[in-house]
Amino acid sequence: MTTVAATAHGAHAHHDDRPFIRKYIFSTDHKIIGIQFLFVSLFFLLVGGLLAMQMRWQLGFPGKPMPGGGILPETMAPGGVILPEYYIQLVTMHGTFMVFFAIMPLLVGVYANFLIPLKIGTHDMAFPRINMWSFWSFFAAGLVMLASLFVPDGAARAGWTMYVPLSARHDLSGASLGQELWSVSIILVGLSSILGSLNYISTIINNRAPGMTWFRLPLSVWSLFITAILGLLALPVLSGAAIMLLFDQVLNTHFFDPAAGGQALLWQHLFWFFGHPEVYILILPAMGMVSDIIANGSRKPIFGYHSMVFAIVAIGFLGWIVWGHHMFVSGMNPTLGSSFMVSTLIIAVPSAVKVFNWMGTMWRGNLKFTVPMLNATAFVAMFVIGGLSGIYMAATPVDMFIHDTYFIVAHIHYVLFGGSLFALFGAIVYWYPKMFGRMMSERWGKVHFWLTFIFYNCTFFPMHITGMAGEMRRLYDPNQYTFLQPYQPMREFISISAFLLFATQLIFFVNFWWSLFKGKKAEQNPWHDNGLEWSLPAPAPHGNWEKVPNVYRGPYEFSHPQAREDYLPQYVKLPTDREPASAPAAAH
Amino acid sequence: MHWWLPPKGSTFAGPIDGLFIAILIITGIAFVVVESGLIWFIVRYRGRPGRKAFYTHGNTRAEVIWTAIPAVTMVALGIISNHYWVEIKGRNSVPPDAYPIAIHAKQFEWQVTYPGPDGQLGTADDFTVRNQLHVPVGRPIVVHLSSEDVIHSFYVPQFRVRQDIVPGMDIRAWFQPTVAGTYELGCSQLCGLGHYRMRAQVFVHTQEEFAAWMKQAAQEATQ
Repeated sequence: MTTVAATAHGAHAHHDDRPFIRKYIFSTDHKIIGIQFLFVSLFFLLVGGLLAMQMRWQLGFPGKPMPGGGILPETMAPGGVILPEYYIQLVTMHGTFMVFFAIMPLLVGVYANFLIPLKIGTHDMAFPRINMWSFWSFFAAGLVMLASLFVPDGAARAGWTMYVPLSARHDLSGASLGQELWSVSIILVGLSSILGSLNYISTIINNRAPGMTWFRLPLSVWSLFITAILGLLALPVLSGAAIMLLFDQVLNTHFFDPAAGGQALLWQHLFWFFGHPEVYILILPAMGMVSDIIANGSRKPIFGYHSMVFAIVAIGFLGWIVWGHHMFVSGMNPTLGSSFMVSTLIIAVPSAVKVFNWMGTMWRGNLKFTVPMLNATAFVAMFVIGGLSGIYMAATPVDMFIHDTYFIVAHIHYVLFGGSLFALFGAIVYWYPKMFGRMMSERWGKVHFWLTFIFYNCTFFPMHITGMAGEMRRLYDPNQYTFLQPYQPMREFISISAFLLFATQLIFFVNFWWSLFKGKKAEQNPWHDNGLEWSLPAPAPHGNWEKVPNVYRGPYEFSHPQAREDYLPQYVKLPTDREPASAPAAAH
Repeated sequence: MHWWLPPKGSTFAGPIDGLFIAILIITGIAFVVVESGLIWFIVRYRGRPGRKAFYTHGNTRAEVIWTAIPAVTMVALGIISNHYWVEIKGRNSVPPDAYPIAIHAKQFEWQVTYPGPDGQLGTADDFTVRNQLHVPVGRPIVVHLSSEDVIHSFYVPQFRVRQDIVPGMDIRAWFQPTVAGTYELGCSQLCGLGHYRMRAQVFVHTQEEFAAWMKQAAQEATQ
């Protein structure tokens, strides 16, 4: 009996005869789900970018007809000239798409799904069907959000933070269905993240390969684990708040309407109680993947593995007690401001530890500047700027001056574009061969990297300057203010840089699609890495391994003195290695 | 185009700009150390044939040092910042002799109510002016902020003062202008499609000018 079962299982792992719809559409395979997330969220990244381009047109060339703007209806841009009510929809939907439908699913949806089972050595997620529903509720949320761009009153227009009462009362915002669809979509996104997170947590705890102890986990898995915990605790709060907001909008419940006894600040507390952990959901997986890539590109073990793990845990924990730093000038009790300031400043410590450890990893390495390594190095360089600019707004008196200015816009983009997105450009190229069995073009990857690096800094660095001058966020036309008129040339410069930055991303998209069909066939382990995923053929087959490999060491044994090559995979047994005890739990 | 903070217009500008410069120095040092270190490593340790990476898992001493330095710096920064924060926004920070003005924000205008010649809000000689904030120089001003509809935010960059105005809440903020002149008051919280034009003129008068303006404006208001 045992023999028969084992054989049947082996066939399952290699010969996949499920019909197309089960294999690629309603798939329960973690790798296919990861790839589904990748395609859909890259599409939303493009949508978010297009919305940003329209904003930049209005800011750079206010009141001039936008090229191609003629196709927009009269209610948005008559004659191609963007209206104020359309501009604030652009502001709102750019933030919404980028945070909820591009960066978050790219980091978590794609890489938690794709990497966790491959890196810990298991056949699939603990709950494959729940995993499938996680994708499809995300997909439904995306469709609803996309549809809200086309409803008669226009999309939501209260900023991605949806401050009440503006977002709750249609008579004050001027939008109705668009606002409600926003709430519905966010409830669905919350559902998707909750389903995903409980899966990632269960899988990492229960399904690790024999010998894969906690302190042999790659930092990418550690960061995705902490991210999943953050997601599981934060997203229900957002979903709950969004349900209350939806009730206010359609049932007149007045949770948030002070005119009828509600509390306007309640929304901000709920939103940021989710929103600040969310910021770390958007950066921790990037940090983890960058750690993997930097160790690989430096051909050295990660510097201070344990303190890197503790820094991830510390950031995850501190992330829960800093939400009030978004509310220093909100009318919240100023004494609370003091305590939130201290916790916020303390978060600089684990962040600094990570940066110094990445530098320690590169120190005396043998640096190989592949495309992933270039992007990972840029991540460190840019995250430093984003992290340091955070100190200005953490100090409450300075925040009183720069809050809600372009200084904040610069900060968030240094963290989310300079940080998360550079990490993603690295990660996509790095694990592309394991996903699709082909390599992305190295040459075009380098062209894309350098142009992005230049135009990205030209776009976002000057925003620090206009922010210091006091330029408020979300202004349709800053020239209304005399003191902001002299900065129009700078806004024009930012806009032109942003257009070039967007154009540069087309190189990436073409490289991505072209390589899918015409890219060089990938070797099994093209980056000479140590992770378990590289023991599989490229692309990795359904069910991953017939028998999961044993793990003999940590993931960063590069340039090990006992190894012949400059890497020593986790699954390779040296004569001195002992066989691990059995798996932490049944692996299938 | 001015590549620096706006001119100083209130007593808050001194400490806030000082703190800004202190942070600029701290972050500037960190920035230069990290970025030049990165560039140095990129050049010095770039991959070359025959090069072998140094096999190490870390150095506890180095890690303790680079954990302790940011920790001490951040705590010190927090203590200094909090000192000014309490002076600016603390519950009891408003000077008792501050001149009271009530500001009612609504989509998309500022209704400024002055206490009239008696200097007291809530009396019969109060009068309201739209989108104009007149204040005397060298005297603390306390603004009583209220909103008609959505959240707005009171922001005068030269004064370095900002305070959200939340419907259903009575919020006070204070500042003391130091330089006579005209400034702009802007809404800095997205409040709807007219957010960008929710703007008022701020006139900081000398004491005599202010008294004269008050007399004239009160007269006009009663007519």
